[in-house]
Amino acid sequence: MSVDRATVAKIASLARLKLDEDALDRMVPEFNNILAWVEQLGEVDTSGVEPMTAVIPQALRLRDDVVDADPLTGGGIRDKVLANAPAPEHGFFGVPKVIE
Amino acid sequence: MSDLTQLGVKAIRDGVAAGEFTAREVAEAFNANVAAAKEALNAFIVATPEKALEAASRVDADRAARKPLGAMAGVPIGMKDLFASKGVQTTAGSHILEHFIPEYESTVSQKLWDAGAGMLGKLNLDQFAMGSSNETSYYGNVVSPWRRKDGGNAPLAPGGSSGGSSAAVAARLCPAATGTDTGGSIRQPAAFTGIAGIKPTYGRCSRWGIVAFASSLDQAGPMARSVEDCAIMLGAMAGFDPKDSTSLDLPVPDWAGSLDANLKGKRVGIPREYRMDGMDPEIAASWDQGVAWLKDAGAEVVDIHLPHTKYALPAYYIVAPAEASSNLARYDGVRYGLRELPDHANLQDMYAATRAAGFGDEVKRRILIGTYVLSAGFYDAYYTQAMKVRTLIQRDFDEAWAKCDVILAPTTPTASFPLGDKVDDPLAMYLNDVFSVPASMAGIPAMSVPAGLNSEGLPLGLQVIGKPFDEQGVLNAGLAIEQRAGFSAQPEKWW
Repeated sequence: MSVDRATVAKIASLARLKLDEDALDRMVPEFNNILAWVEQLGEVDTSGVEPMTAVIPQALRLRDDVVDADPLTGGGIRDKVLANAPAPEHGFFGVPKVIE
Repeated sequence: MSDLTQLGVKAIRDGVAAGEFTAREVAEAFNANVAAAKEALNAFIVATPEKALEAASRVDADRAARKPLGAMAGVPIGMKDLFASKGVQTTAGSHILEHFIPEYESTVSQKLWDAGAGMLGKLNLDQFAMGSSNETSYYGNVVSPWRRKDGGNAPLAPGGSSGGSSAAVAARLCPAATGTDTGGSIRQPAAFTGIAGIKPTYGRCSRWGIVAFASSLDQAGPMARSVEDCAIMLGAMAGFDPKDSTSLDLPVPDWAGSLDANLKGKRVGIPREYRMDGMDPEIAASWDQGVAWLKDAGAEVVDIHLPHTKYALPAYYIVAPAEASSNLARYDGVRYGLRELPDHANLQDMYAATRAAGFGDEVKRRILIGTYVLSAGFYDAYYTQAMKVRTLIQRDFDEAWAKCDVILAPTTPTASFPLGDKVDDPLAMYLNDVFSVPASMAGIPAMSVPAGLNSEGLPLGLQVIGKPFDEQGVLNAGLAIEQRAGFSAQPEKWW
């Protein structure tokens, strides 16, 4: 199945990627080439086959119910969390105004 | 003193422990090689000579104080710039993470420092580990130290995505480096540059602190110049980590101490589906040679059947982009990394502008494909079907293990190619991973070892694939090949 320019533009918008006209020109045929190639998977008879959910079967662990049990993943590190923020303000992440 | 940069992991560690040279001398020698190759090879994004010296001095002091030394004590290594390094820029080869300085250290790199290794710098890679030639990095192409012997001097691809790692190890800028492998990113660059590299069973090495690409496939592993060096370094990298929900809660075997190249009683499977139409005759010949070497090591060779092999690559190019589109949603210009804020932009505009400016074309391509195959109405036809095919690929391997203990195959369909040759044709580039992707999809260990040079004077690799958790079997067969191949070629220094 081939997708049109409007579909690629819609997907780009869903993925929050701004694509200008030139980029769309390049991406549409590449996108269709890749899709046409992966569509060979349709030949495979997968009736009765379960989709893989874990490549190595494992039970999901629960951590101990202790606050900050591992300091590397615990809380109380606001300054570290903000250290790489492009626009930190008053201990928060700064963003453009979202409410009129 | 002989050239310390010709030594590998074990020789350096043992030489430091025996007092034949100091760790500081080793670090100084490699620091000099890193600095001298900066412009020509572009293998490092950031060099950290002071970190290498600090770690070396600690090892020398520990030795003087007669403290026990770690498995990597005194060995300076390169760190793929996909591992978070506390206080050192970590970019994943992207513009969107330029100037990102982690406040924490990845589990795998911390384990290596705890074992006494030191960091020479952060190695270049394909952007977000997406590529097979190291041409998608925002920080420029890595150039392979190898050249064809035709005298043309065309710059060649070091492979990807761990292309900085492979080039640096082959060029003696470091004795070993970390790599990560999602669909072949350790094995393919190792094969292209005449070095060894192993991707362990999924879950052996913690993913905590590794920039995520496709989480159900990503695995870290070592790249070095010998099988034994890989075994030593993998032992230092592996182990259970409660911070990674898919980390294997299993003891780490003593792989290096248990190496054994005698394959008597072992069966080596040769998958007929890997012998594809139009196969490069030199690759086919190298594979046949590998079969003869493993027979010579005592193994019995059996034909096996992996019927879904041809579907592994297209399934991968649904699964990996789907996971990438989800993982890379985190780059939004809010919490860290690049922010692009056009005049009068709202929040949504900022997201889209930031991601447009920060991601390269290959990353955008994969995000778009991934978003599409996960979108309403297409999810079952693409993603669910790919995950069913993934089950069948794994089942193929499970059935093969009834007949064999390890599998031998080529690592790549060709030797290295000139930079620029495939960069405009994404599908041609993807086909580089046709032999490496099936093991990734099945989560099983696989390694590449150097087999020899082709008629152009370029390295070729052989791939050993093993059962889940059987890194030992893979390393042992790799060692048997290594001993018989006697690969000692190294690129002639031109940089």
